[in-house]
Amino acid sequence: MSTTQATRKAPPVRPGDRVFAGLSTGAGILILVILAGVGIFLTAKGIPGILAKPDEVKSGQHFLPWVWPLVYGTLIAATIALLIAVPVAIGVALFISHYAPRRLGQIFGYLIDLLAAVPSVVYGLWGIQFLAPHMVPFYAWLNKHLSFIPFFGEPSATGRTILTACIVLAVMILPIMTAICREIFLQTPRLHEEAALALGATKWEMARLAIFPYARSGIVSAAMLGLGRALGETLAVAMVLSVTAGEVTANLIGSSNPSTIAANIALNFKESTGLSVNALIASGLVLFIITFLVNFAARALVERRSEFSGAN
Amino acid sequence: MTTTLSRPVDVFDELRGAQLPSWGPRAVFGLAVVVGVGTYFLGLGVFRSVVLAWFICLSVPLWSLAIEGKRKATDRLVTTLVTSAFGLALLPLISILWIVISKGSKVLSTEFFTYSMRNVVGPGGGIYHALIGTLLITGAASVMSIPIGLFTSIYLVEYGQQNRLARWIRFLVDVMTGIPSIVAGLFAYALFALIFGDGIRLGIGGSVALSVLMIPVVVRSCEEMLKLVPNELREASYALGVPKWRTVAKVVLPTALAGIVTGITLAIARVIGETAPLLIIAGTTDSVNMDLFKDRMATLPVFAYSSISSPGFPPGPSIDRAWGAALVLLIIVMLLNLIARLVSYFFSPKGER
Repeated sequence: MSTTQATRKAPPVRPGDRVFAGLSTGAGILILVILAGVGIFLTAKGIPGILAKPDEVKSGQHFLPWVWPLVYGTLIAATIALLIAVPVAIGVALFISHYAPRRLGQIFGYLIDLLAAVPSVVYGLWGIQFLAPHMVPFYAWLNKHLSFIPFFGEPSATGRTILTACIVLAVMILPIMTAICREIFLQTPRLHEEAALALGATKWEMARLAIFPYARSGIVSAAMLGLGRALGETLAVAMVLSVTAGEVTANLIGSSNPSTIAANIALNFKESTGLSVNALIASGLVLFIITFLVNFAARALVERRSEFSGAN
Repeated sequence: MTTTLSRPVDVFDELRGAQLPSWGPRAVFGLAVVVGVGTYFLGLGVFRSVVLAWFICLSVPLWSLAIEGKRKATDRLVTTLVTSAFGLALLPLISILWIVISKGSKVLSTEFFTYSMRNVVGPGGGIYHALIGTLLITGAASVMSIPIGLFTSIYLVEYGQQNRLARWIRFLVDVMTGIPSIVAGLFAYALFALIFGDGIRLGIGGSVALSVLMIPVVVRSCEEMLKLVPNELREASYALGVPKWRTVAKVVLPTALAGIVTGITLAIARVIGETAPLLIIAGTTDSVNMDLFKDRMATLPVFAYSSISSPGFPPGPSIDRAWGAALVLLIIVMLLNLIARLVSYFFSPKGER
């Protein structure tokens, strides 16, 4: 016994193995470095913009009063987009996973995924040239009948309003939310569904009793991922609104609109120089922190339920 | 025996209660379609006829409420709502495809693909410079992202598995998928501005920005594919005395190749349409620029954006070119998606389809 123990040597470490392990580990660590680099470089370039005096930047304002309306616009646009998209996404996911015939369901899934493949500049074009003009009569109607709600004040004549931008955003975040919800709905234990049906539940009662309780945290994280997308989406909002300075207003269908951080950067970056660029980068840092927190929370929620994995 | 067998249907009917005829919902749906199409041709407008047809569909739950009771009526109402949610989601897709194809196909010509915008005022000109820029920048981004992404996924599956570093990488890669594209552009700008000074515009900067967006997508899809490779294959290879790195290179990667190619193609399709980061760091120009490391570089999405945002005078031809560029971009992205699906369909190992 002892002799065999003594003669067994550790397996030789081959140079090929060492190189390969080093390469893989290095690549993994590089990703962490890149993520840290995003934060560090934005901070390094952004701090002069935060500290800039009003007469040194194009906006003529201190950083906080300048960035606040943009944060307001970003949050309000993303929230409304989410409010529009979540019910539709749950409905579409439920339709694909449980209502459509199984074979057709997969094809329908591909169709919805196609929406995710459309580049954001195409959404922007569609928003300006198709959606905005078609929304004008609807906004006039909203103003005529619902003007006691502060959201529906004096309507814009072009239809290029924050609400139009929100609808475009809602369409853009729909596919990812649908994909995640669909994935979780399909993972509902078959026995739970069949037990509900065997007790005489209708299909909707089955969904309420078996699918939704199981999928709740997944739906929440899908919504938060959608929120992250909506917060960071740039071009569609920039093209639809095309305002250089946003303002804080409750009117969602007016001609003067709140702008979002991302859209503001895209619209102003070309003409800015010196400290104004730093201020834009600092606003980008604010956006990065907001989306990072939202995504972090969403992922932490998914991690906590380790049974659910697969959708990303 | 015979008597009970001859009358089971009636027994069930008594137990089941009243029901809508099975053709009921279909008949109402058909009626809704007919009314919708009819009123559209009578000149009611698309929006109003669709809404009218939808309200007709809502009569199914009401009918059911009268005959079948509340529970069944709710069920039918939800069925109607869920189905119309799907229809609602399809509307923008159809409308986008229709408008891009109808407006974009007007400008497609040989000139559109082979000329740049240099010295073009008014009609004419093309997207040659933007096409070259998109291919170069996306190509360079792929060259950077694919090795990093692939090796990271190899680390996650073959080396790290469940240790702390691997768990952190996995978590942060997931978070990284949510980085806004404009932030990636600002990062690339901040990086190159620190090296080369302010106001820098470089093609390669666009590639760096796109890599930040592309790497997490590559890592996630490759990791999923490597995980699907059965452990028996690895163990058989080890049992023959093959070192670990050769096992990964010769056994694991070839087995997962179809899935990896699919994932990478989808990742390219995702970043090739990105506009915001390229607007920040690559800028736009009217001439052909083949040098990634020098000067501004036009790309398709930025070309489409700047053609519509600053069309010049008269604006017509420029807006037409924007639609043309959007159509070309859409075709490229759809083709990449199609290729990805075909590769995974035809080349994945049997049993995984």
